[in-house]
Amino acid sequence: MAILEVNGIQKDFGSTQVLKNVSFTLEEGNALAIIGSSGSGKTTLLRCLNFLDSPSRGSIEVKGETLFDASWQASQKEKNLRLKRLHFGMVFQSFHLFPQYTALENVTLAERLLAKERTDFKQHKRDIYEEIDEHGKALLEQMGLADRISHYPHQLSGGQQQRVAIARALALKPDILCFDEPTSALDPELTGEVLKVIRGLATQKTTMIIVTHEMAFARDVADQIIFMDDGMIVEQGASKQVIDSPREERTKQFLTRYMEG
Amino acid sequence: MFFTVTQALLDGLWTTFQIFILTLLFALPLGLITSFASMSKWRLLRSAIQVIVWVIRGTPLMLQLIIIFYGPGLWLKHNIWSGDETGRMMATVVAFTINYACYFSVIFRGGIKSVPAGQREAGQVLGMTKSQIFFKITLLQMVKHVVPPMSNEIITLVKDTSLARIIAAYELTFAGYSFMKSAGLTWPLFYTGVYYLLFIGILTLLFNYIERKLDYFR
Repeated sequence: MAILEVNGIQKDFGSTQVLKNVSFTLEEGNALAIIGSSGSGKTTLLRCLNFLDSPSRGSIEVKGETLFDASWQASQKEKNLRLKRLHFGMVFQSFHLFPQYTALENVTLAERLLAKERTDFKQHKRDIYEEIDEHGKALLEQMGLADRISHYPHQLSGGQQQRVAIARALALKPDILCFDEPTSALDPELTGEVLKVIRGLATQKTTMIIVTHEMAFARDVADQIIFMDDGMIVEQGASKQVIDSPREERTKQFLTRYMEG
Repeated sequence: MFFTVTQALLDGLWTTFQIFILTLLFALPLGLITSFASMSKWRLLRSAIQVIVWVIRGTPLMLQLIIIFYGPGLWLKHNIWSGDETGRMMATVVAFTINYACYFSVIFRGGIKSVPAGQREAGQVLGMTKSQIFFKITLLQMVKHVVPPMSNEIITLVKDTSLARIIAAYELTFAGYSFMKSAGLTWPLFYTGVYYLLFIGILTLLFNYIERKLDYFR
């Protein structure tokens, strides 16, 4: 069974339709790349999945549970959405690390706050926090940042900041990790270190949705690719097929333009 | 004479200090609440706050002070403020709190808006509640942004306390001025100035310290 099922998502901003009837499924352990030109609705789709924007129509199911249904009011209340967001992790284009916290504090903050909702929190406060810190350190180590845990965001390079952001998103063990153009805000020489980390996550069978402009990376790392244009899914398929031998005319045009730079 | 003047000025300084501290104590939280209300999604509340801020910032604090102190007695035929020093002080603190909360609310609003929306969204996707996002993420970044404009406002508050003289509250300027009226002495006026300078000097050092403390992040 698919871990994620997106059914007929539509998003209107005023009279403009940013997403039109977007439907797709994602299998557990798979990586899905979403490509397309700017303004094609890729970022809005990710924001809808994380309930930062609410779709005007359609539904979102994770592991068979309907998290959001536009025709079902109660599923849209902020209070109800809060914990549903935990099914998804989000890595933003411009990191959005919390500047007043160290790398480790950035990674552990949400977990520490969530721990307060545990029934055994008062009794085992110290153990719980210690466990969370260990987990955070391990994640930063996995990101190759073992020597940066006490640094503040402004003391880190863009690539390091984005890797902290990935660790922060992983800390809550989301079912599906979303990346919104994770390397677009980086200097070219720094994109490699971030892509390497994402590649590593793919090898470990992390379920991911990656919005990206790195075609070669999408082809290598993703299992599936969705090409979006004008708020619609134009083509979806196995990654190598979509990049190497696209079926749709619009996909061909996009890729040609892209390759020509 | 010097001893008498010092004694009187210290008395006045104590009143000034109390007005100052109590105003801050009430106006800071009230200003924060007002700034939230001014960004509320309910248009009616937003408009109401806009009108209040316009009226309060658009009229002299001295006029507001006079109305708040004398108004209730004339309208209700019963003075809600006791006629003694405490009553005058309370009226002053009420007028100052309302006035300063309005100014603070505008500064706070600027501070909150200066925190990028992405910070809030990053908190949201991590499953934080609205209040966790405010207290754990937004607040400190906002404080960092508002320290310079707040230091201006708070320094102005120290000097504005001298307006309380209009309702005969025995604050610092009143104390210094009384020696000119009664004995024709001008030096106590300069001596009074020294008290203000010291008060504000200490505040300036305090604000510099806070600014430096918050320099650890950007």
